[in-house]
Formats: sequence, C-alpha cells, structure tokens
Amino acid sequence: MLNPVTIWRGFLARPNDDRVKVFGVAILVALISSILVSITSVTLKPLQEAHLAAEREARMARMIDALPGMRSVMEELGVDALETRLVDLSSGTFVSGRDPAEFNMQTAASDPEQSVAIPSELDVARLGRRANLAPVYLLERDGDLLLVVLPVSGSGYQSTLRAMLALEADLRTVAALTITEQGETPGLGARVETPEWQALWPGKEVADETGQIVISVVRGQGTGPHEVDGISGATLTSNGVSNMLRYWLGDHGFGPFLERLRQEGL
Amino acid sequence: MTKKLTYLTGPLIDQNPITLQILGICSALAVTTSLATALVMSAALTAVLCLSSATISLIRHHIPNVIRLIVQIVIIASMVVVIDEILKAYAFGISRQLSVFVGLIVTNCLVMGRAEAFAMRNPVGPSVLDALGNGLGYSLILVLIGTIRELFGTGAILGVTVFVPVSEEGWFEPLGLMQLAPSAFFIIGALIWAIRSRWSQQVETPKLSLVKIGAKR
Repeated sequence: MLNPVTIWRGFLARPNDDRVKVFGVAILVALISSILVSITSVTLKPLQEAHLAAEREARMARMIDALPGMRSVMEELGVDALETRLVDLSSGTFVSGRDPAEFNMQTAASDPEQSVAIPSELDVARLGRRANLAPVYLLERDGDLLLVVLPVSGSGYQSTLRAMLALEADLRTVAALTITEQGETPGLGARVETPEWQALWPGKEVADETGQIVISVVRGQGTGPHEVDGISGATLTSNGVSNMLRYWLGDHGFGPFLERLRQEGL
Repeated sequence: MTKKLTYLTGPLIDQNPITLQILGICSALAVTTSLATALVMSAALTAVLCLSSATISLIRHHIPNVIRLIVQIVIIASMVVVIDEILKAYAFGISRQLSVFVGLIVTNCLVMGRAEAFAMRNPVGPSVLDALGNGLGYSLILVLIGTIRELFGTGAILGVTVFVPVSEEGWFEPLGLMQLAPSAFFIIGALIWAIRSRWSQQVETPKLSLVKIGAKR
C-alpha cells in the first residue's frame, strides 16, 4: 500500500499550484541544498583550517620582522621562532607537562572542563567563556625577557576579532599589534587588518603609572601614549579592539601573569 | 546543431551580459584589479551559473510558480557557498583577495536572470550551453578589464613584470587610477562604445528625446 515509489510519483503528478506540492518542493529543495552545503563545509574544514593556521604563523613571523632589531637578537640567540609556553591564567604561572603545540585555545574555551565563564561585569570583550590556559610567546636572553606576545580575542561589530599583542620588556609598551582574524565590514571595520592601522600601535602604552589598563581606541585622532586613532565609520570595531585589550590585560585575562612577570621575572 | 551553438556563442558578444545587458557590473568593478582575481571570479561565476542552470532546468516542471524565485535563490545560494568553500580550501590566497565578492555572486543579476529567463523554460542541454555562454561572455569582459587594469596599474600580468616600473629602475610609471574602481567604469564604457560602433545593431533607440527649451511642440 505505502509504496514509496508510488507516493513519490503521486507527489510529482500533483499540480504545481497544489499546496502540498508547494510546501513539499520548498522543503525538499532546502533539505537537499543544506545537505550539500554541510557536506562540503565539513569535508573541506581541515584544509581551510590548515590555511588559517599557516597564515597565523606567517603573520607572527611578519610581526617579528617588523620589530626593529628583533631578528638580529634572535639570530644572535640562534632561534628562529619565539618560545611557546602555556600559562594558567588565574594564577599567572607557567604550566609544565603539556605540549603547547597541541593546545587549542578556541576549542578549550568551548569545553566546560577546560574553561570558565567570564562574570558578566568583567566580560567587556563579550566572549562568554575563556580557556583556563593560554599560550604565550616569549623571547628571552640570559633570563631577561625581551618580548612577550599574547593572543587576545573579543567581539567586534559582527565577528570575533583575534589578535597578537606584542609587549616590550617593561610589559607596558606595545611593540606591535597584529589582527590575525576578523570578519568585519569590508572597507570599514575590516581596515583593522591593514598595515597602516596596525602601524599606529608600536610605542603606545597599555597601562599608566599606577598599572591601570588605560589603552583605548578613540574616535578620530588619539592624543598621548594611551590613545590610538579610531577608524571612521567603524566605531564598534574600534571599541571592540579597545575592549578586547582591556579584558585580556585585566585581572581576568593575562593580568596575574603580567603581574607575576613584573614581580618575579621569568 | 547550429541553433544549439548559438546558445553558446550568442552571449559572447551579441548578447554579452555585461556590455549589452549591463548585468553583473558590481563584481566587474570590484574584482578586476588584477588578472588572477578576475580569472578566479570568472571561473567561480561560470561554475555557479552552469550548476544552477542545470539544476533549475532539471526540476523546472516541478517548481511551483508562486515560490519559483525562492527556489531559484536557494539553489543558487547553495552553489555559491559550495564554490566559496572550495576556493577557501584550494585557493586560499585568491579567496582572501576576492573577500565578499564570491558570496555576492548570489545577488549577481546575471545568475538569477539566466535562471528565470532561460533555465525555467528550456531543457537541461540548452540551459547549460546558455549558462556556459553567458559565463564565458562575462569572463571575456572581466579578463579584458583585469588585463588592462593590472598591466597599466602595476606593469605586470599575472604578477610577471611586463613593463619595468620606475621603482625598479625601469621606464614605466604605474597609473594609480587603474587600481581604483572608477577605471573599471571607464574601461567598460569604452568597451561598450567600441562594441556598439562595430556592431551597430546593439545601439538602443533612446526612450526619451531631449526637448529644446522654448521650442514649440
């Protein structure tokens, strides 16, 4: 009685203005299309992520190249990349016994066992959760810290911004800021990714004398060492960058780690 | 056979989607700063056009008239997402440069136009030929503009230096304007003028005529 072939033929034979046919065709087309899109997306994901990872590394390398004198110091030390260490964010201490290369901060942030919810009053970067651990990239010479690079992220206008913030040995002066990932409006917010805008960052100071995090992206022209020019037409993206840095440099982010570095050194 | 062939060759110049029908101009302006992006965009659009025309033509008898545009858009949009994902996986650098424009193929009037005007009423074979022809017609113009803009804007074609620029102690002063969107407008305008002077049947009769002020009607 319920032969699928007969049902299918009967469905196709219905007139095109029949209500069942209209809904049926709409649902079928949507279903088949979504299956097609999902299959492509899932199968191609590893390849795409490999490209993204390679790009992140290339950006890191470019950032180091852009820092004056950094390459020569590294050549002198005989290293060709920064040292990666894992940091426990709440205590600010290094974690040993885990391979930093296998740690993925993004996956960890969505795993309840490896992350904590950010209290809403502290969550200026609107992240929701953050991983317990975070990788940091260090360059040291004879036990003296020369450069520390911190991965930071936060909500922009319509996407999650991810960036690398390089701080000089005083842990206050920005050596460089590189946006590694963004999906903001092309031509407006997406300009955070341009070298011209990122060139505004070196030399800025993230904290004032008392250690308060004061760095901000302002509307129009910034004045003084704590202000960076905003991007006109992209206030929310500019605010996103400010909030991202305030969160990650604050007490709930890398604050304890930076404080410990200041007190005890490496 | 010859009739079938005209489906393919017609849109190249006689019915060219960009220069005659003025469709798909937005992407033609945006992605033609270099030949490589123009080529990839052309390939992406042609693939989407062929796939969507074939699919729509295949199920054309069963697309209810009241939701036909929605069905067409869903099919076109899924093809675009698939092509975009493939580009991101296999041509990452180029897909970065094309940014949103691959995604915007969904809104390209050319794709929707061919689906609605041709694929809805014709069998699969002619629909694919028509789609391929229109895709190639679009590609032809994009590649032309891309070549001109890259050559005169940077002195190179596909990144290979042809005219040695002044900055590398040559003689060629790159024309900065060629890298900006307005130059694509000028080039398309010049192409339309050239094509319509050669094939004058393409010239449209003006819908409105100018009236001299003060003249008696």
